[in-house]
Amino acid sequence: MSVPEELHYTAEHEWVAVSGAIASVGITDHAQRALGDVVFVQAPAPGTRVSAGEACGEVESTKSVSDLFSPVDGEVTEINPELEDDPGLVNSDPYGAGWLFKVSLAGTDGDGDVPPGLLSAAEYTALTAGDES
Amino acid sequence: MTDPRPADPAASARRTPLADVHAGLGATLTEFAGWLMPLRYGSETAEHRAVRSAAGLFDLSHMGELAVTGPDAAGTLDYALTGYLSSLKPGRARYTMICAADGGVLDDLIVYRLADTEFLVVANAANTAPVLAALTERAAGRAAEVTDRTAGYALIAVQGPRSAEILGPLTDAVLDEVKYYAGYPAAVAGAPVLLARTGYTGEDGFEIFARPDDAPAIWAALTTAGAPHGLVPAGLAARDTLRLEAGMPLYGNELGPDLTPFDAGLGRVVRFDKPGDFVGRAALQQRGQAAPQRQLVGLAGQSRRVPRHGYGVLWDGAPAGTITSGAPSPTLGTPVAMAYITPDVAQAAADGGDGRLAVDIRGRAEPARLVPLPFYRRPA
Repeated sequence: MSVPEELHYTAEHEWVAVSGAIASVGITDHAQRALGDVVFVQAPAPGTRVSAGEACGEVESTKSVSDLFSPVDGEVTEINPELEDDPGLVNSDPYGAGWLFKVSLAGTDGDGDVPPGLLSAAEYTALTAGDES
Repeated sequence: MTDPRPADPAASARRTPLADVHAGLGATLTEFAGWLMPLRYGSETAEHRAVRSAAGLFDLSHMGELAVTGPDAAGTLDYALTGYLSSLKPGRARYTMICAADGGVLDDLIVYRLADTEFLVVANAANTAPVLAALTERAAGRAAEVTDRTAGYALIAVQGPRSAEILGPLTDAVLDEVKYYAGYPAAVAGAPVLLARTGYTGEDGFEIFARPDDAPAIWAALTTAGAPHGLVPAGLAARDTLRLEAGMPLYGNELGPDLTPFDAGLGRVVRFDKPGDFVGRAALQQRGQAAPQRQLVGLAGQSRRVPRHGYGVLWDGAPAGTITSGAPSPTLGTPVAMAYITPDVAQAAADGGDGRLAVDIRGRAEPARLVPLPFYRRPA
């Protein structure tokens, strides 16, 4: 299972990459493996205000549907347009081409500060350890 | 996101004779009916497509095998089940059901007649114990013995249009002569098996009942022989979408103790024409003639959101039924579902009714369309 060092994580299996005042959000390799083939992603529309820990969309796979939670506070600026035709990108490249949405972070001066409450790669790895079968 | 991962399988879950093979293949395992089973090996969609276009290899060793033997084995099954098993020729199989006295379905079964006085009843894994109990009770006082042989069989299925080409060189059976729903002793990869032309995918295919110790070698031989034909191992996730596309019922979804075979559109399995009484006869006669309360229908979703088991069906926004099974269909490219809906809505929807039929998908009405079952029929 891949957990890139440079990203930040939530206990709900989202990852966050912060660049200036923009946070990119996706789901982790662990999550995509547990889901199986992703067939549909409903990400929050651009302009939507999202709050950390609140449901903001859903991820459908063959066997299940899961709520998507925003890992951060802010306003959605963009959703991944590729996922409409190819939701399987979430499986094949969860940390890259399978990103879900981007958020303009609230309460930041744009210096790349990481929003509070997120987990490091080591903390997320520890959280999911023993969860691999 | 909400964690989609099921609870870790209990350490007590039963392992099939192929458990080490699945571990070696890196399968995602899941607990199903008390068994540790492969859910998928890689992409379940790719496994599904392989079965439709080439072939897939399944471990179904969790299925229950119950032997019914003795001079009155046939008569006992005529009494215990809805089917007319004494009319079955040795070497043939039949799809049938076992019902309670009130006509409710206890399980759907495939029964193989191995000899005049020997039958093998294959039950769903979750129902093996209740079916064993019911058969034992119904055999009481008759010259027939019911034995649980589940632990004595591994069950391997090869399903898909290339199945016969793959299996042919590995068996002494002449597959051209093995009809659909036939099953008889043969050798596969040198091991003695019961070889049957049955399945649950909507494709041609075979089911191989083998001794547990022989299962890994048979699996390996099929894997090697099948690789050039595009055969891949396939898990329970693909099995479920394959059977759904083929319009085949799943116990617990389309079938259950509150439903009769008639509810599921499978009244043909109830053989009122057979001699003698059978458990459920009177109730089924009544329920088979009464106006149906519900009708099993096929629905195609018109958005990407998937109708799932338990979701409500709406007609003009009002409750009209319940989804029994739903999944994204790899073959059709849209979500498909089976549902029990009221007969009047089924009629109205069949007569047209665009925009009136919908599924309540977590609070939002998503339009759906009535489509004939099965969703998929293999090319002739």
